Amino acid sequence: MIKVENLSKSYGDIKAVKSINFELNDGEIVGFLGANGAGKSTTLKVMTGYLTPTSGNVYVNELDIQTNTLEIQKQIGYLPELNPLYPEMRVYDLLEFTGNIRNITGKAFKNSLARVIEQCGLKGVIHRMISECSKGYKQRIGLACAMIHDPKILILDEPVTGLDPNQIVEIRNLIKDLGTEKLVLMSSHILQEIQATVNRIIIIHKGEIVADGTNEELMSGFMGNTKLTLEIKNAEDSTVKALTEKIPSISLVDTTTKNGSQILHLEYPKEKDPREELFQYAIDSNWVVIEMTPHSVNLESIFRTLTMEDKANA
Amino acid sequence: MRNLKAIYFKEMKSYFNSPMAYIFLVIFAVITGYFFTRTFFLFNQSDMRSLFNIIPLVYLFFIPAITMSLIAREKNIGTMEVMSTLPLRDLDFVVGKFLAALSLVLAGLLISLVHFITLTQVGTNIDYGAVFTGYLGLAFAGAVYSAVGIFASSLTDNQVVAFIIGIFIVLIFFLMDKMLMFVPVSLTGIIQYLSVDYHLSNISRGVIDSRNLIYFASVVGLFLFMTVRMLEIRRWK
Repeated sequence: MIKVENLSKSYGDIKAVKSINFELNDGEIVGFLGANGAGKSTTLKVMTGYLTPTSGNVYVNELDIQTNTLEIQKQIGYLPELNPLYPEMRVYDLLEFTGNIRNITGKAFKNSLARVIEQCGLKGVIHRMISECSKGYKQRIGLACAMIHDPKILILDEPVTGLDPNQIVEIRNLIKDLGTEKLVLMSSHILQEIQATVNRIIIIHKGEIVADGTNEELMSGFMGNTKLTLEIKNAEDSTVKALTEKIPSISLVDTTTKNGSQILHLEYPKEKDPREELFQYAIDSNWVVIEMTPHSVNLESIFRTLTMEDKANA
Repeated sequence: MRNLKAIYFKEMKSYFNSPMAYIFLVIFAVITGYFFTRTFFLFNQSDMRSLFNIIPLVYLFFIPAITMSLIAREKNIGTMEVMSTLPLRDLDFVVGKFLAALSLVLAGLLISLVHFITLTQVGTNIDYGAVFTGYLGLAFAGAVYSAVGIFASSLTDNQVVAFIIGIFIVLIFFLMDKMLMFVPVSLTGIIQYLSVDYHLSNISRGVIDSRNLIYFASVVGLFLFMTVRMLEIRRWK
């Protein structure tokens, strides 16, 4: 279990992370989502003991990161952003070195090696120089290093950047597999990625947490009104105006015209779906309905609203 | 200890998997060989003084060159983040790298033993003690310069800058006792004691004095300590 408490981190005058709080439980796959420069990597760097917090603290299984750094680092597997590796080392040597530092030697190392080769698909490259490996392999080598000691906690900073779609699916499945028994925290600025992999999302914006919950929770929390576009022809102005009186749950946001048809932008509360009434009303008013499209709120639009708010206020 | 060993072997592999170690050893052998043999047969003396005089000069450039990458490169390519998030103490990290650099220096000295073999074949009345302490002194001086070099490497993420800073600090230690005529008399004692060459020449004369040993050990310790501190400071930035 990880507990992040009032964590702040400044680089000089720049406050990268501003007093954030969250808790992660075992067996969770958590996505850390934010635009570039939102403070994701900084938070992860503090959680792994690479940086010291300016204030606040991180607790991993009741141990705090500042006094028990090494103990915590033993329990964590970390894949840093951009996945730095030694190009002049052989894959085997790097894994052996990492295993040594993690106190995995001899038979235990052989077993661990076989496991990560299998999990990360490194069979063909194990004796190659890292500089000769493709980007996808490098990413998997980094992942293998993070997993060599079979950690209870995996922290992955942008694990799928630069991979091709097939590799992304592979890594995604691997993370999902791992998530059944481990705590996995992965960051990304790509929404679809997070959405497809994790079961809980934390959205960070300008160093602050703006949302935290499961996919569904985030959606329902932000749904409010559902939007509906109705494209009609042959509509008399009076009938359009009377629409909101006839069906009170609907509000008319805007009307535009296109190619001789009228486009109505409507909104209604999500629990009162007025589409049947609307259809009936259209028949009664002799409208020709060209199109009726409800716009479900998706995570992308939530993300947009959350991370754009500041600009609107400023 | 286990971690220190792991770091040590990683660095040794990295030296010997790249041209670095071979270039160093070959050029070191060529330069020392040239200066040794140039005068050896002329002066007709059974000692290795000419070799012992030239090696500290060779050190000036070679040791900063082999230490410059140790930490600066880790910062530059980002692997410092991996190292810092492994359960690995900064001290093991620094000392492991220091020992790897020192090993490479000692390997260079080991190769120069070929001249000693020449000496035993053609020389008479060889002062084995002086040869032994001469090498001992060079090993100590190599340790001091390696510690300085790794400290310089911890100051920056640019290897060239680390090289230049390394040469600069090493040069100060090297030149100190050659500058004695320019400093006030009251300071000469201190400055002389701080100079590597002063202790080196003491040892090379065949005298192993605990003052010399304490000097070498404390300078190495100081620079390694400062290196560890530099790594800690980074966490707070």
